[in-house]
Amino acid sequence: MLMTQTRSAPVAAITEPSSVSVRDLRLSFGSVSVLSDLNLEIREGEFLVLLGPSGCGKSTLLNCIAGLLDISDGQIFIKGKNVTWEEPKDRGIGMVFQSYALYPQMTVKGNLSFGLKNAGLPRDEIERRIAQAAEILQIGPLLERRPAQLSGGQRQRVAIGRALVRDVDVFLFDEPLSNLDAKLRSELRVEIKRLHQRLANTMIYVTHDQIEALTLADRIAVMKNGVIQQLDAPQVIYNRPVNRYVAGFLGSPGMNFTDGEIALRDGAAFFTAPGMAVPLHKYRASKGTLQPGPAVFGMRPEHVALNAGADWPFSAQGPCEIVEPMGSDSLIWTQIGGQSFSVRVTSERAPQLGDIVSVGFDPINASIFDAASGERL
Amino acid sequence: MNPQISSNPATLATTVAGMDAVADRVRPGVEAGPRGSRRRSALSTRNVVIYGVLSVVAIYYLIPLYVMVVTSLKGMPEIRLGNIFAPPMEITFEPWAKAWASACTGLNCDGLSRGFWNSVRITVPSTILSILIASINGYALANWRFKGGELFFTILIVGAFIPYQVMIYPIVIILREMGIYGTLTGLTIVHTIFGMPILTLLFRNYFASVPEELFKAARVDGAGFWGIYWKIMLPMSLPIFVVALILQVTGIWNDFLFGVVYTRPDTYPMTVQLNNIVNSVQGVKEYNVNMAATILTGLVPLVIYFVSGKLFVRGIAAGAVKG
Repeated sequence: MLMTQTRSAPVAAITEPSSVSVRDLRLSFGSVSVLSDLNLEIREGEFLVLLGPSGCGKSTLLNCIAGLLDISDGQIFIKGKNVTWEEPKDRGIGMVFQSYALYPQMTVKGNLSFGLKNAGLPRDEIERRIAQAAEILQIGPLLERRPAQLSGGQRQRVAIGRALVRDVDVFLFDEPLSNLDAKLRSELRVEIKRLHQRLANTMIYVTHDQIEALTLADRIAVMKNGVIQQLDAPQVIYNRPVNRYVAGFLGSPGMNFTDGEIALRDGAAFFTAPGMAVPLHKYRASKGTLQPGPAVFGMRPEHVALNAGADWPFSAQGPCEIVEPMGSDSLIWTQIGGQSFSVRVTSERAPQLGDIVSVGFDPINASIFDAASGERL
Repeated sequence: MNPQISSNPATLATTVAGMDAVADRVRPGVEAGPRGSRRRSALSTRNVVIYGVLSVVAIYYLIPLYVMVVTSLKGMPEIRLGNIFAPPMEITFEPWAKAWASACTGLNCDGLSRGFWNSVRITVPSTILSILIASINGYALANWRFKGGELFFTILIVGAFIPYQVMIYPIVIILREMGIYGTLTGLTIVHTIFGMPILTLLFRNYFASVPEELFKAARVDGAGFWGIYWKIMLPMSLPIFVVALILQVTGIWNDFLFGVVYTRPDTYPMTVQLNNIVNSVQGVKEYNVNMAATILTGLVPLVIYFVSGKLFVRGIAAGAVKG
């Protein structure tokens, strides 16, 4: 009785064994180090997105977890079992690739059953699983076709189905939507989300598309040069990026960065740049108090208000130099203190080119970074 | 088209409104002049040059074949008249029968048939064996990176550039020591080994062009080294197997050097026997028999080309085309 109570208590959930655990992972090809001392704990049923530009090591990390690359050092645990030396098939994973990687000479059914036949499953069990996967992904009518006769979206569904029939604990997605056009991509994105809600499996998803990351993830790991920069919930990553790299990578249109410095006036902190003095008493510093010194002030375009009056903590005036209509919203480029600055407004409220606009923002939404290290202050 | 109408859009519009059929053809703003795909005259300079050159080249290559076929169907008296281009006055298949069954080479007088079956017994096993081994080699080199793989591959490629003549005598000794000198088995092994470098290179490059993710997907699906080879790679690679088949069949069938060095008279392949028939110095030169024997010997590669020509082209092109 006591046991069950402790287990169901919220505190116990943290100590619950991870679904996937990467410990001190190191991978190098000859003298080139790709990943070093990488640690990652992924909870049961979590949707984790590895986000980063191409060449940042995110796909490499996924391949290491899948067992398709031999790691140089460290350990990988899946479901509490040390799988560091296990073959991919024995790790309890299913994988979906960017290029679909369907076996061209087999029918859809052959593609789905290949892994199950290799595992020596009885025929009726194979049939049952294929029928179930076909039902979930709505690929029933395609079962007798060959991959060449399918469209891109159908191929990727089949590829997901091939992971699905394996009935595994962990799904690995390696940029699964990058080969699809924009419309299909958003459709399948929703479907993957729905799939995750239905199956509640652990999913690790590699992408360079921030929209995919923000919409799908429970947590995002932003990577750069083989190092995880920040690992947190999408909202936290978006609103409180730990460094300038993460701040610039997420968000489209991108964050405004203004170079300047932090100064203390009568004990109150200000961010100052030519023609700009922003009071920072409402800014939540991550480490204690703000110290004077060179800094970069970051502000997302959607947190900037147009036609801001004097009641805003900070407001300034500038010319409207460029208007970029993006459908529902428009991006207005202006200048504050000689540095270009963008504002996102709904299209109806967009000013004319050459108008003098007044912009204002609340420093509570700002991200301030150390100019030298790029770390959040 | 009436210039008056097209110069006055107002008139045109009213006319058109009542006549839909005309409207389809005469629309405002569309002028008379070039439109649609360009017409080319069949007798343009370009066509004359292209077809002219092609015809000349084709005739140039076909004349010897024509002379051979025609001569093989003539009797000796007719050949002695010396009109080599003239068609036979009296068609006879006797030279063909003689070439196949009773032409003499040295002491044997059973024609080319013995050499034909020897060649079949050499070509079939060495083709199958060399393609099988080379495709597995290429697959291992392309998909399963193993320690020393690069070195192994380099050695193989260097092997492709060593002239055969250098190795003739050492191989004679090796075969003698193994006790298979002069046997068909010995020649089969020699052909298999000498086919290895170029075939391995061929297969390795082909398998390397297969998307790596396909290979990874098969590994996740639990297929091992042989499972991936037989169930994934092999069914995908028919064109390259056809290319290898053609290379090996024609190469081994047409081989003369190894055939003459590593066999004895009773195990001579067809090419060696052909040479012995054609170059025999005793008696009368039977041109019709020689021609028939030569065509018979060349028939096997010819058939292979005709049967698999289309697949051959596809296989050659496959390396450049993304799947």
